[in-house]
Amino acid sequence: MIRFEHVSFEYEKGKKVLDDLSFTICDGESVGLIGANGTGKSTLMKVLLGLLPYTGTIYVDGSAVNKHNLKDVRRKLGFVLQNSDNQMFMPTVYEDIMFAPMNYGMSREEAEVKTDRVLERLGLTDLKYRHNHRISGGEKRMAAIATILAMDPDVLLMDEPTSALDPYNRRIVINTINALPNTKVITSHDLDMILDTCRRVLLLSNGRIVADGEASTVLRDKPLLEAHRMELPLCFAGREQ
Amino acid sequence: MERIDHAASELREMDDLVAMASPVHSLHPLAKLITTIAYIFLTVSFGKYDLSGLIVMVLYPVLMFELSGVSVKTCFYKLRVVLPLVCAVGLFNPFFDRAPLLYLGSAAVSGGVVSMVTLMLKGVFCLMASFILVASTSLDAICAALRKLHVPNMLVTLLLLTYRYISVMIDEVSVMTTAYKLRAPGQKGIHCSAWGSFLGQLLLRSMDRAEELYSSMQLRGFCGEFRYADVKPANAKDYVFTLALLLALILCRYYNIAEIFGTIAFGGAA
Repeated sequence: MIRFEHVSFEYEKGKKVLDDLSFTICDGESVGLIGANGTGKSTLMKVLLGLLPYTGTIYVDGSAVNKHNLKDVRRKLGFVLQNSDNQMFMPTVYEDIMFAPMNYGMSREEAEVKTDRVLERLGLTDLKYRHNHRISGGEKRMAAIATILAMDPDVLLMDEPTSALDPYNRRIVINTINALPNTKVITSHDLDMILDTCRRVLLLSNGRIVADGEASTVLRDKPLLEAHRMELPLCFAGREQ
Repeated sequence: MERIDHAASELREMDDLVAMASPVHSLHPLAKLITTIAYIFLTVSFGKYDLSGLIVMVLYPVLMFELSGVSVKTCFYKLRVVLPLVCAVGLFNPFFDRAPLLYLGSAAVSGGVVSMVTLMLKGVFCLMASFILVASTSLDAICAALRKLHVPNMLVTLLLLTYRYISVMIDEVSVMTTAYKLRAPGQKGIHCSAWGSFLGQLLLRSMDRAEELYSSMQLRGFCGEFRYADVKPANAKDYVFTLALLLALILCRYYNIAEIFGTIAFGGAA
């Protein structure tokens, strides 16, 4: 379980990017974090991961996150970056997936078994020995998800998982996300994807949560979305015409 | 722009060379690293006039190139920038050391010329040996081997990350030069008036990306020590290779093999 209690963050003094946020995400939930550009979605993720300093308290599984338990907290939270090129820094897919398990003390043999299992689960066995710079954008995104799943995280945090993907690869990523039993927090401007993958939606605006509810309800609320520089998902917009 | 892309693709070609399969590629990285270090050490230890002794040392890189399937042409092409520098090292020797050292027929060859050739060969041989090491072993594996030799973690990590970040920087340069060229058609290169902002932007963008990469590493449990994934334990073949090569290299260093063969072949006339 993740709980934010009065969490605030500012890059410059007086300009709050996150402003007194309080909310709870329960185990097994799929939560979409939506909002216009610059509303603090990615910042919220980074704050949760302890990459940025903040005021307030964040609880993960009942423990307040601090510098002493940060490593354990990070192990529970797998973060899929928006730009897979920044996530895949080892020469091959195989080595990249092995990176986290070995850092967390697994032996090479155990890490290899884990890598094979993750690749098989995502249908990526063919990519195992491929060089990261030789795979397509869609394959790279899937491989980036694999690198995180190899950590066995309780919670998956995904920053724009379908950005820059073609429809076919987008659908593969959505199906993969839906098949994962983990707690999921997904930020995206792709509201159709959010509708496909998340039961709950948090709408951020100016660093505050302005709506928190069922995805199918919040994402149908045209006045609410438009008031915060967003539009209805295409599937609902189509029905409106 | 083409030059940047070419540089990026050349860097990636090294990964392709490393991915080849051959007896040399399958050797343990530590075995290759030790023999390469020993080779370089023994090669540079030859005296400046010991040209005949040094010649035999060419056998090691030739053997390694032959067994690995990496072409010597590729090696010289990739080293085209460094090779002239290495060759230039002894260029002034013939002017300072003019005393005749040997005669080729009736022509006297000065000590300076011999020492110049010796220096050039030493440089070329060492570069070839180093190239075959990096062309047949991934940098991760080399770093793992360096750690096994107790080279400080800080240095090894620095080496590895520098290599990683070179490609990140090349990517950024490529994107920026493309954007520049598209808005400056017909212009050759980047105008000097834009150099300052170009370099500043490059630095900022590289730092951003480097920070993202580092965050990604941290979030996957990295705490300063790389766990190298692809290094298997050494086997009997690796031990035999290392010992046999070390023995052969030491023999080549302390016995003038070329002279011995010459004596055997020409009955002392060599």
